[in-house]
Amino acid sequence: MFKLLPDSPSERITVHVDGQAVSVPPGFTAAAAMLLHGTGSTRTTPVTGEPRAPYCMMGVCFECLLQIDGEPNQQGCLVTVAEGMRIERQLGKRKVDE
Amino acid sequence: MSAEQEPTFDLAIVGAGPAGMAAAAMAAELKLSTVVLDEQPEPGGQIYRGIERMAASRPRHLEVLGPDYAAGLELTRAFRASAIEYRNGTQVWQAEPAGRIFFRRNGAAGIVRAKKILIAPGAMERPLPVPGWTLPGVLTCGAGQTVLKAHGLAPKGRFVLAGCGPLLLLLAAQLTRCGIKPAAILQTTFNRWAAAPHLPSFLGTPGYLIKGLGLLRELKAAGIPLYANVSQIAIQGETQARAVEFVCNGTTRTIEADTVFLHQGVIPNGNLAWSMNLDHRWDDVQRCYHPKLDAWGRSSNAAVLVAGDAGGIVGAKGAELMGHIAAAAAAVDLGRLGAEQASERTRDARRALNKQRAARPFLDHLYRPEQRWIAPPDADTIVCRCEEVRAGEIRKLVSEQNCPGPNQLKSFVRCGMGPCQGRLCGLTAIELIAETRGVPVSEVGYYRIRPPIKPVTIGDLATLDVPERNDAVHM
Repeated sequence: MFKLLPDSPSERITVHVDGQAVSVPPGFTAAAAMLLHGTGSTRTTPVTGEPRAPYCMMGVCFECLLQIDGEPNQQGCLVTVAEGMRIERQLGKRKVDE
Repeated sequence: MSAEQEPTFDLAIVGAGPAGMAAAAMAAELKLSTVVLDEQPEPGGQIYRGIERMAASRPRHLEVLGPDYAAGLELTRAFRASAIEYRNGTQVWQAEPAGRIFFRRNGAAGIVRAKKILIAPGAMERPLPVPGWTLPGVLTCGAGQTVLKAHGLAPKGRFVLAGCGPLLLLLAAQLTRCGIKPAAILQTTFNRWAAAPHLPSFLGTPGYLIKGLGLLRELKAAGIPLYANVSQIAIQGETQARAVEFVCNGTTRTIEADTVFLHQGVIPNGNLAWSMNLDHRWDDVQRCYHPKLDAWGRSSNAAVLVAGDAGGIVGAKGAELMGHIAAAAAAVDLGRLGAEQASERTRDARRALNKQRAARPFLDHLYRPEQRWIAPPDADTIVCRCEEVRAGEIRKLVSEQNCPGPNQLKSFVRCGMGPCQGRLCGLTAIELIAETRGVPVSEVGYYRIRPPIKPVTIGDLATLDVPERNDAVHM
């Protein structure tokens, strides 16, 4: 859905989006990484399973909820990426750990 | 270290946008011990988002974004040079006027204490609920600008901007300067006659009109089609935005688009102020609530001040001035600065703020959304994105089940009870209720917003080091 502008710095780090290694500039947020490398939805809603994706990118809409390094319900637009970070789409409701 | 042993700051500032940064710099000048809590990784707020990294690593993009954005560098530098404690990446989930602020940082909860709290959580975009606005590929113009500023990202494929307000044109121009041209701009609202009486005071604020006309000229020169006075916008697509349908001059048109940016002005980002039980008033021109403030930013609670767009939209420059003034007021209230000295030190700032404020009525009237854009006529349009509550459902609950207000709406259909806690549906819900009941919006009230205003896990709470005392036991 999005692309990097030509004058962007060349430094990159590796994160994993749904298990696939992708490279993003340092300083990116997890939601920005999804905009660059994801296609379509980044979660489905708990109510009817509708597809959703980042909407406000500033922390108010909660559409970019992702599972990050195993922890569900993270606001992807507020989490800065780190080398090796595992970012996963969040499908439907979260389950309570047993 | 137990939270009890932490020092009590004179002032805690929530937010590091222009208001929060200016307040912090002034507080430091006035020798107040100050802590700044902000949820973003870097200072600047939304308006100056990513400015430090951009200046350091891709200075050419500063030109693309324009001088108003670059102006934030000076303020950011002053903020960094101030003797204050800055905690970035910190989400405040509860602020008690009595002086305790609860937050989450690096996956753990914490508390800071302060004698005065200055909240500067800024603005958010007014929702523009149209059919299809929840589809992947539909974002706000603010989001488009944020990813451009902070990450150097631009939309791939065809894109359309729809709505109204200065940001709509600004984002279109900024992307065009990068060689990334929108397929079209759809303008919903432009009340030139309602705004005309306010033109003289608008012209008194140098630069605004020239900037606005300049953007229009730039977009026209780039050959970008602008459809004015459009209605019935609907975004089409199954699992992803594919096209935008709209009516212009009686003709229905469809434009293919992979990305759609929506915008219809900004409103105070209000959940923190509401959660602190501050008194609010309805502004019928801006069609939103503002916390009631005195000329210095003091709220209805003696320990709480508000600065910046959260107190009513004033823009970046106005927010900076409000922050400066409110910090002086906090110093006065703490007995650290005489009232007369405060008047003197802030005289220029107060005069400049009045000038910034004088420009608002023109913009507020020009872009005051019509009823159809804030109370969606189409019954199937989603109002509450989190709980998927639709406009028709709300109208029916009000007319058939006598649901009188937004809080009762929660009990009926969970409207406003999802993770965003009503941020994205609050205004739409109250407008729909008021319209259906045939009463003024101010009579309908607003959601009762309770802390935590950000999600907190039981695990987070368990990391809180609170003393073994429970006041409730003694009540």
